[in-house]
Amino acid sequence: MIKNILNLGDAALYCDFGSDVNQEINSNVIKYFYHIKKLNLKGITNLTPSYNKLIISYDLNIHSFLTLKKKIENIEIKENNKLEKNLIEIPVCCDNNFALDIKRVENKLKLKSEIILEKFFSKNYFCYMTGFVAGMPFLGDLSQEMRLKRLETPRVKVPKGSVGITEQFCNIYTFETPGGWNILGNTPQNIFDTSNQSNPNLVNPGDTIKFYRITLDQYNEIKR
Amino acid sequence: MKSKDRNYFKILRAGINTTYQDLGRNNLYHIGIPFSGAMDKRNFQLLNSLLQNDYNSPVIEFAYQGPHLKYFGKDIFFCISGNVSFKIITKEGIIDGNSYQCYLLKNGDEVDIRSTNKSVYGYFSINGTFGVDYYWGSCSINTQAQIGPNNGNKFSKDLEIEIIDINNSFNKRKLDYLGSTIENIRVIKGTNYNYFSESSQNKLFKESFKITKLSDRMGMRLEGPKIENIVDPNIKSEGLVKGVIQITSAGDPIIMLSDHGTIGGYPKIATVISADYDRLVQLTPGSNIKFKDVSLEDAETLYKLYQMETNNLISQIK
Repeated sequence: MIKNILNLGDAALYCDFGSDVNQEINSNVIKYFYHIKKLNLKGITNLTPSYNKLIISYDLNIHSFLTLKKKIENIEIKENNKLEKNLIEIPVCCDNNFALDIKRVENKLKLKSEIILEKFFSKNYFCYMTGFVAGMPFLGDLSQEMRLKRLETPRVKVPKGSVGITEQFCNIYTFETPGGWNILGNTPQNIFDTSNQSNPNLVNPGDTIKFYRITLDQYNEIKR
Repeated sequence: MKSKDRNYFKILRAGINTTYQDLGRNNLYHIGIPFSGAMDKRNFQLLNSLLQNDYNSPVIEFAYQGPHLKYFGKDIFFCISGNVSFKIITKEGIIDGNSYQCYLLKNGDEVDIRSTNKSVYGYFSINGTFGVDYYWGSCSINTQAQIGPNNGNKFSKDLEIEIIDINNSFNKRKLDYLGSTIENIRVIKGTNYNYFSESSQNKLFKESFKITKLSDRMGMRLEGPKIENIVDPNIKSEGLVKGVIQITSAGDPIIMLSDHGTIGGYPKIATVISADYDRLVQLTPGSNIKFKDVSLEDAETLYKLYQMETNNLISQIK
């Protein structure tokens, strides 16, 4: 299922699963990720799954590119190896104070805000990967008529909990960070929990997310 | 613990980006947490060796200007690594200290770490252990994600640094070492090397790039000749590693450093080899970088040589 393995610098394998972004290719990446993680190979220092790539970082004192590449190429993953999937429900408030880009999205998509939100909440989203900052999930796919580009100029600070969309994807800002996605709302739910060291991520690759809409009162209630 | 039994430093001035660091945390990229850890691993290793500490003991890292510390407690030794100017203030007077040399501190003495010279990072530690909390097996502070002791924040004035253990069988040691510099930063061509025009590929290796002030533990932004992308200014977001050189939409290189975001969507033109990473991070804003292209096999050999050099230095400590 890995098409090609290259080197990324001198201490990482770059496993290429293809160039398209879809759930089938991504599920293969995630299967490899969990499989290799479970093998607990000595000298592997990081595994980074993304849409269609898996990067394997290693300790240069223990492995060289060619020996580790051979080891990874020899891994066999059974086709019926089912992926563990959780359905996670996440509350989102779309009050005007939180829906920072709703006007822009209305203009770009030529849809009324109520229609936009209805379409957004009517679908479940697949988690392709987490990262960039701790715990941030990259989710998809938005329906065709909901797709637009990122902001021309990214925000210097996107508030923590913001739920944004761009192209076929949506995400949740787990920390206040710079970012350019179109913000439709905010979740009061903590998506990344530093104090939970065994499982800090609420959402993991392969999970499915169902967003549901809450009022400002409900938002404040959960926050409290 | 009664206050008279405590051994601790009080921070009179915090310095710039002063944090606890160790070797960092592994196997968390997939949830968005980078390695972190001491930027300059050689100076980290030398410091713990000089102080006869465990190889992964926490140290205090600072950039450009270090902290001014006042010590309270029983006699202790400290040492500083890197190219650093500092003063030791005791009842007897004020002396200039030398890096890679251990000094005695008595109750009430002060260490004023004035600056790093022609370099960015310096390291401070003691013959003992700082009282730190561990997060995913590491005490490294990642200020961006607010992970680590001190609530993931850099040090501030009046903070007290606890010492939970002092090695009483310690003998004062030193190393004659002036630091290592390097003419070129060596790189391996990246996975998107062919996204860039031939003339831009040539520029990468023939011309020099200036390190801008927009450089920190997350990344180093460079400016110089614009690198022209002839395929697509973005790729589908994918994993990054330390040392990757991405080219932004504006055509400028940005090098990923120890606290970098774990995934990114700019094309990768090259990656700095592991052997040159410690020296890369010590280059100051305003200075110039020239890149040199090496093969993967050469990079692997150069890393072994670099490790041998470090071990050699450790064996010269007396």
